[in-house]
Amino acid sequence: MNPGRSLYLPRRRVMRGVLATAAFGVTSRLWTGCTPTSESQASSSTASGKLLQIGFIYVGPKDDYGYNQAHHEGEVGVAKLSWVKTEEQASVPETTDVEEAMRNMIEQDGAKVLFPTSFGYFEHILTIAPKYPDVQFFHCGGLYQEGKHPKNVGSYFGYIDEAQYLAGIVAGHTSKTGKLGFVAAKPIPQVIRNINSFTLGARSVKPEITTQVIFTGDWSLPVKEAEAANSMADQGIDVITCHVDSPKIVMETAEKRGIFCSGYHADQAKLAPKGYLTGAEWDWTTVYTNYAEMIHSGKTLMNGGIPHIVRGGLKAGYVKLSPYGPAVSATAKKDADIAKAKFKDNSLVIYQGEIKDNTGKVVIPVGKAYKQQDRTLEQMNWLVAGVVGNA
Amino acid sequence: MATEALGWWGVPLGIAAGTLRGSAPFLFVSLGECLTEKSGKINLGLEGTLLMGAMSAYAISYVTQSPWLGVLVAGLAGIVLGSIHAFLSLQPKVNDIAVGIAMIIFGSGVAFFFGKPFIQPVAPQLPALEFGAWSSQPQVQSALEICPLFLIGVAIAPLMQWFFQSTRWGLLIRAVGDSPDAARAMGISIFKIRLLCIITGSFLAGVGGSYLSLFYPGTWTERISGGQGLMAVALVIFARWQPMQCLYASLLFGGAQAIGPALQSVGVTSYYYLFNASPYILTLAIMIVTCSPKRTLRGAPGTLGSSH
Amino acid sequence: MLNHYHWRGTLEAVCIPIAAIFFSLVLFGIFCALAGADPLGVYASIYKAAFGSWFSFQNTLIRASPLMLTSLCTALPAQLGLMIIGNEGAFVIGGIGAVAVGLAISSAPPTVVQLAMAISGIVCGGLWIGAVGALRYYRAVNETISSLLLNYVAIALLNHLVSGPMRDPSSLNKPSTYPIPALDMLGSIPGTRVHYGLIYGLIACAITYFLMRRTTFGFAARTIGGNIRAARIAGLPVGKLTVAICFLAGSCAGLAGMVEVAAVQGRANESLNANYGYAGILVAFVARYNPLAASLVAVLLGGILASGGILQRLHSLPDATILVFQGLVFLVVLYSESLYGRFRVFQDQSTVRRPPSVPYVPRPTSL
Repeated sequence: MNPGRSLYLPRRRVMRGVLATAAFGVTSRLWTGCTPTSESQASSSTASGKLLQIGFIYVGPKDDYGYNQAHHEGEVGVAKLSWVKTEEQASVPETTDVEEAMRNMIEQDGAKVLFPTSFGYFEHILTIAPKYPDVQFFHCGGLYQEGKHPKNVGSYFGYIDEAQYLAGIVAGHTSKTGKLGFVAAKPIPQVIRNINSFTLGARSVKPEITTQVIFTGDWSLPVKEAEAANSMADQGIDVITCHVDSPKIVMETAEKRGIFCSGYHADQAKLAPKGYLTGAEWDWTTVYTNYAEMIHSGKTLMNGGIPHIVRGGLKAGYVKLSPYGPAVSATAKKDADIAKAKFKDNSLVIYQGEIKDNTGKVVIPVGKAYKQQDRTLEQMNWLVAGVVGNA
Repeated sequence: MATEALGWWGVPLGIAAGTLRGSAPFLFVSLGECLTEKSGKINLGLEGTLLMGAMSAYAISYVTQSPWLGVLVAGLAGIVLGSIHAFLSLQPKVNDIAVGIAMIIFGSGVAFFFGKPFIQPVAPQLPALEFGAWSSQPQVQSALEICPLFLIGVAIAPLMQWFFQSTRWGLLIRAVGDSPDAARAMGISIFKIRLLCIITGSFLAGVGGSYLSLFYPGTWTERISGGQGLMAVALVIFARWQPMQCLYASLLFGGAQAIGPALQSVGVTSYYYLFNASPYILTLAIMIVTCSPKRTLRGAPGTLGSSH
Repeated sequence: MLNHYHWRGTLEAVCIPIAAIFFSLVLFGIFCALAGADPLGVYASIYKAAFGSWFSFQNTLIRASPLMLTSLCTALPAQLGLMIIGNEGAFVIGGIGAVAVGLAISSAPPTVVQLAMAISGIVCGGLWIGAVGALRYYRAVNETISSLLLNYVAIALLNHLVSGPMRDPSSLNKPSTYPIPALDMLGSIPGTRVHYGLIYGLIACAITYFLMRRTTFGFAARTIGGNIRAARIAGLPVGKLTVAICFLAGSCAGLAGMVEVAAVQGRANESLNANYGYAGILVAFVARYNPLAASLVAVLLGGILASGGILQRLHSLPDATILVFQGLVFLVVLYSESLYGRFRVFQDQSTVRRPPSVPYVPRPTSL
């Protein structure tokens, strides 16, 4: 209808259409709509026997153009499976709230699988999981430790820094001033790894390039994010990317200032039709569908059928790159595509010595390479040479 | 030349530009709150009004493709919320601070509820006036892109000052705020004056919200206000209930938002949480220094905070 | 005022809030109907999620327990005529203080550690709001605004400490302090999943009720709240009482922060700032500053909050619905304040009206 509004509304409409044609879908929708009590609901889902009840919990609103929306789109994707029934709860803070939300989903709605998607939920999952040994908890980003954590807890995450590395290549080719900008929420390993990979990608094509990083201090501070983007533009930075919950403002500010931007979490091309280069996106649909199918075939965390730690990058399809924007040159596309192919056949390792941090200290010596699955990388607390800023 | 970096010069420029960009919401909310408090009531609910204004302006601008209509509707939304606040807080025994906090929850709830479909779309923005064409520096040009709405706010401040000092209506409002008994003896309807003040104040806050979503940062998300509505309430006290000082204080608070990012962009990276809290600490410090039990705060409405 | 029993007055105090809640439910039902949900189904869900079973009632109690304590932070100074809204800040500061002490002496026996954490939370929160009271009395700084500002300062301080000086380097993606050893954590009340914070809350409400209504101290405080000039003429130590009551108020919120740390989070991090403080303010207002009523109102609000999830899961209403519901309930209940004394049915012949409240003036010449 209207070109302006799309990203998720039509998708949802499409989903409804798909469901309406599938008999199971219709009945499952009806249950959500009409059953006021959960006892009858739990019994009806057990009566039909086959529906796998999956609960999703988000820390913010599920339509934030960012982190939570990416997970919500994964939920919409997995809900397309006819034998899956999903439920969601959004804006659940990382307090007893999330513990109660999990209990309710399990006890009242009969959920057998839970995806509490915020990193800060992990401690709360560890509290709840031992009490429901037959329910499986999959946590986004957490670090499962064999023997230390309950058997029914698993963790998954995507190597989004691979996509950031590619975005860095594109940014490096596009930047005329040799200065890139990164608006970041907090100096934590997940964010730092993205900053470093983005910078390493850019420096792989232009070794003298620098990335200015500004930490706003919190996951969603619109005015600070806009200020950060503006002050970067004032400093002559001409490509900006970010790691905040909702990249919308950074993209729009960059477009207003007439500089380039590179997205995060989801595709933000519509927000910056001129300056959008590419972006690092999640593809949780793949992850959630894989899990659902494993569980459907009888595998569980408890019987060892499902690995406790699931990680994947471009190769596994857990992350992807936004389509290139109009400003991306042919060389940039070519270089990024070559690197992408190398990620897919595992021949490219981002963290390969020698790498110095931005204080000149060698953090990865010559000959040493940390592959993506290396746990050391998940504890990264240094910024690579070329990054302007302190972690 | 055009893209030359400014280095340390970027800090004052960044703060100046941040001031021009970011102080309008503070200005509108604080002027609205100033009017409300002059009549003797406090409206903490302007935080909710700001969100409601931001949401409705963005929604209307998107639906009708006319940002100025969005500004108008934001003001109307402010009037609606203001009427609720006024009606409730003017009942006997009802505490205006309590109603204000309930209005924050209610206003933000309604704004979030109806704002869901408008997070994704891109709405037309308010135009900017280019005051920087004389400069060859793109940074300066960009810093001097000023929204007409901000200029309107700047114009309202002296007008309101004049209104309080030199008009009969301004005198009435001050009388109602300072000594309701005297006002009552003069035959003034305290209820009507306060009702009008609260509603007009809320209208201004709604317009301030439209600036957030239609100019800077220029988008609708649920975190857009970031507590600016509550902050502006403190700002009025900082400004001693003087509209002109509200203007200066808004510029100061708007600029303070830019301090953290501007310093980081030249490499000062520690203590950004404390930098971010600087406006609050500053206000508190100034209150401590300037308040004294020995004398009355100049300009303070006499009945403020009491249940008269 | 409370010398003998006025059953009509009590009936009024029970009937008006209940009627207000019913009316707000009707309004919310209309809102839901307009939003395309079935109001009756929504009512059933709210009831079921909040009070319908022991399982769900525990959820309500868990949410209510911090609110009981934080509400006292507003309710106690209100007896003096002070409007303090710094609950969130005192809560956060109490949490930080508890963690700092808990970590410093973690080698001591668990009971000692828990006691020390509680005292630290109480003292830190108490000093935080006590300072507001002192500023009010000695510098005439408006307590509403200064306590509001201190909330932001407390949150900034929390963020600064957990991401820097107090950070546990192994808290990777969510900067936090070092964890309190599991042994030193407060457990749950036996047979439930409700933590001991509920007991603390109930005890604190009972003690403060007794203190304010049955002791000379409380009488003195209420005298100041009723008429400060009369209090001063009577020779009451207004300054000391102001600071003492504010300290007490802050210590309640600080204790809530300690419970959040010692029973729920196990460490201090940004999750401490979970709006328990702001919710507590409303509880205090709705309970008309009565500590016993505050415990009941806290349970009511806990119930409302507990039903937020089911509205999303069963009725496909957005997450903001619960804010609208909460806002409606509070607006209507606050409006109902003005209805006291308007119905003849509730009028006792001997009912003594409250004296008209006079604004709190620290010294005769001021603001």
